[in-house]
Amino acid sequence: MRFGADVVLDEVDLTLRAGEVHSLMGENGAGKSTLIKAITGVIPMDAGQLRVEGRQVRFSTPAEAQRAGISTVYQEIDLLPNLSIAENIGLGRERRRAGMLDRRSMTQRAREVLADLGLDIDPGSILGSQPVSVQQLVAIARAISADVKILVLDEPTSSLDLDEVGELFRVIRELKSRGVAILFVSHFLDQVYEICDRITVLRDGIHVGEYRTDQLLRIELVQKMLGQEGATLRERDPAPVARPPADPVLSARGISVGRRVESADVELGSGEVLGIAGLRGSGRTVLARALTGVTRIDAGVIRIEQTEESLDSPRRAMSLGVVYASEDRRRDGIVAEMSVLDNITLGLQAERGSFRRIPPERRRELAASWVDALGIRPPDLDRPVGTLSGGNQQKVLLARLLALAPKILVLDEPTRGIDVGSKVEVQHLVRSMADNGVSVVFISAELEEVLNVGDRVAVVRDGRIVETVDARSTTIDGLLALVARPDEGDGGQVSHG
Amino acid sequence: MTATTLDRPVRTQEKPSMLKTFLSRNGSMMPTFAAILILILLFAGAEAFLRGDFITPRNISALLLDNAYLLVLAVGMTFVILTGGIDLSVGSVMAFTGILGARMLAEGAPVAVTVPTMLLGGAAIGLLIGILVQYFGVQPFIASLAGLFLGRGLAYIVSLSSIKVEEPAILWLQSTRMSFGGWYITPTGIIALSAVAIAAFVLHLTRFGRTIYAVGGNEQSARLMGLKVGRVKIAAYTISGFCAGLAGLILTAYSGAGYPRNGIGTELDAIAAVVIGGTLLIGGRGYVLGSMVGVFVYGTIKTIISFMGAEQSWMQIIVGALLLLFIVVQRAIVARSDGRR
Repeated sequence: MRFGADVVLDEVDLTLRAGEVHSLMGENGAGKSTLIKAITGVIPMDAGQLRVEGRQVRFSTPAEAQRAGISTVYQEIDLLPNLSIAENIGLGRERRRAGMLDRRSMTQRAREVLADLGLDIDPGSILGSQPVSVQQLVAIARAISADVKILVLDEPTSSLDLDEVGELFRVIRELKSRGVAILFVSHFLDQVYEICDRITVLRDGIHVGEYRTDQLLRIELVQKMLGQEGATLRERDPAPVARPPADPVLSARGISVGRRVESADVELGSGEVLGIAGLRGSGRTVLARALTGVTRIDAGVIRIEQTEESLDSPRRAMSLGVVYASEDRRRDGIVAEMSVLDNITLGLQAERGSFRRIPPERRRELAASWVDALGIRPPDLDRPVGTLSGGNQQKVLLARLLALAPKILVLDEPTRGIDVGSKVEVQHLVRSMADNGVSVVFISAELEEVLNVGDRVAVVRDGRIVETVDARSTTIDGLLALVARPDEGDGGQVSHG
Repeated sequence: MTATTLDRPVRTQEKPSMLKTFLSRNGSMMPTFAAILILILLFAGAEAFLRGDFITPRNISALLLDNAYLLVLAVGMTFVILTGGIDLSVGSVMAFTGILGARMLAEGAPVAVTVPTMLLGGAAIGLLIGILVQYFGVQPFIASLAGLFLGRGLAYIVSLSSIKVEEPAILWLQSTRMSFGGWYITPTGIIALSAVAIAAFVLHLTRFGRTIYAVGGNEQSARLMGLKVGRVKIAAYTISGFCAGLAGLILTAYSGAGYPRNGIGTELDAIAAVVIGGTLLIGGRGYVLGSMVGVFVYGTIKTIISFMGAEQSWMQIIVGALLLLFIVVQRAIVARSDGRR
């Protein structure tokens, strides 16, 4: 399958078998969502074919896919919070009597479907008055109340707690035993290994392969997702544990944010680059946000230069010299319509307050020096940032942050989505910032990059920092083993089927 | 987590209390109940203040008679607001259809032609607004603002001054009083109440009506559920336009004339009545019966003020304050239901 000018998916194969739970795995931007949308008729395919039970089909709307027996439960619960559960299950395919809704049969049908799934929920209650987990199960009830052959679940567990996940899995197994093919997309490896029979791995829109869960070790799966192949699998270099810096600029102890980050300790030395490695959903971004006042911490102590501080807003963090660059630079970082000049001086102006203007000549001079120093191309101060390449946009964002003369810079995936050349430049830039005394937290999904840029690397898994290793003497395989949890490496032992 | 067997009975909830069940089913009725409560308090207050002179069959009957046109507008407005939209055009569309009807009758057109023309004229402007909103992606506020200017402009084109209506069939709508003791009802009142009844039926018992609610709840989800979102949204504006045409007919009968300056700001009265009646401006929650209560609250305040001989500007202030109160209450309700998600 191909999509438009930007090839999002390139010749990807996916086979779902009746009565089987199939997982689609891949890092951010691997093309999972796009593939789901193509299967369910939300977006058209450029090439390729789709067969349901051997018959070739083509969907141009979600309704057509539904009629062919493909139902989808999206990540965001796509139901109507203002209507009753019965209506949410039955609306759009309800029976009518003389143009009137047959409410009684609709409620009856909903009750049957819910009971079928072993759920004791009042079908007359308004959906929005129910907890998220119930809403999720109602979404599944709707999906299967039609004649469903294929059920697509896109990150169904992301907002559920452990018990609720158990409940969901029970329903999935029930459907599986009835011969429904289930496509289960989740970034929680534990869950994938618990519920799935097969795994298809995507990377950068390319089909890496299809594997049986019980024949694929977790570490192999992560390797395939991250594209660190060719390494020897069995031989694992023990990663040397790094000693924390003696005199940390930033010291965070026991940081917890809900269940997404649990009692994490971070120490950052002066002029040091601390890499953070972890899969998506491991808590790496939440941790970065917690350290910079973007997300409030529920527990823990943050010390900046030995003084305990409460970072309750990004503004407070900035006044202490702690600056955060979001992973989503288009949304949280640059202002695409504004010029390079304005984008670079934006942060400075904010720091000075709205009423003390920076003289225009001074602003230009300042911005020009950063454009020069960072090698922003083209070196045109008045160009809207949106017209620059991704790498140069990232440099503009870095220039803005550096103009604030930060002590601590937290960069969340600063090289994501930029070309290889710019990537190397940004990496060098980060190193030279550190050499000039700025302490940097560098988050990346690419293990190689984290090892190259970082002095030490903290590995985040399931919301915990599992180890902090010395970057220079750690190999990619060693790091990979930590990221993927080698201690339970054999998938076959964990899956219950 | 360990492997679970398939037939394990789960989710053994404690039996929810009656109140809890009621609230989880009917939580969105709360603002409407509040409106009813306010109506009762207004009646009781006025009755006490005027020493038993307020709640008389005559006054209550007059309440319906005097506000029949507003009730019809509020019915149409309820459809639009339930989809999450707004229709600012109804006041001037009402004026346009009113003056158009008066002019046609004055020129000798038969009633059988004039009345359908008024109704369809209103519906046509509503349709236009609906198409602008749905196919051209224009904000409902802007699209219906254009409709407001269009309606008023057309009204002035038809006539710059008032045109008297002499047609007995039209005047009959207003002058006929069916009395039951001290109570009476006019055909205009019957039309308005029928509009409420039909709207309530459509909104609650047809797929079209439930789709209106679905669109207001989450348009994207409604589309993914395979509902005909576009058609339903356009229909909502068309219904509102039709109701404005009907209100034009009622107002013409009520005042015995068409007047191009009628209904300036009436769209805001209709919106206020709908909101006071418990329909949320974000759409998806509300009842047409609530809108009727809203109209009566509005009409009662007006009556009380004229009984007290106070300035009519107090009307605006009180309605404004009530509106504010209700919007705050609604925010709280929305915040509560969002908190659950």
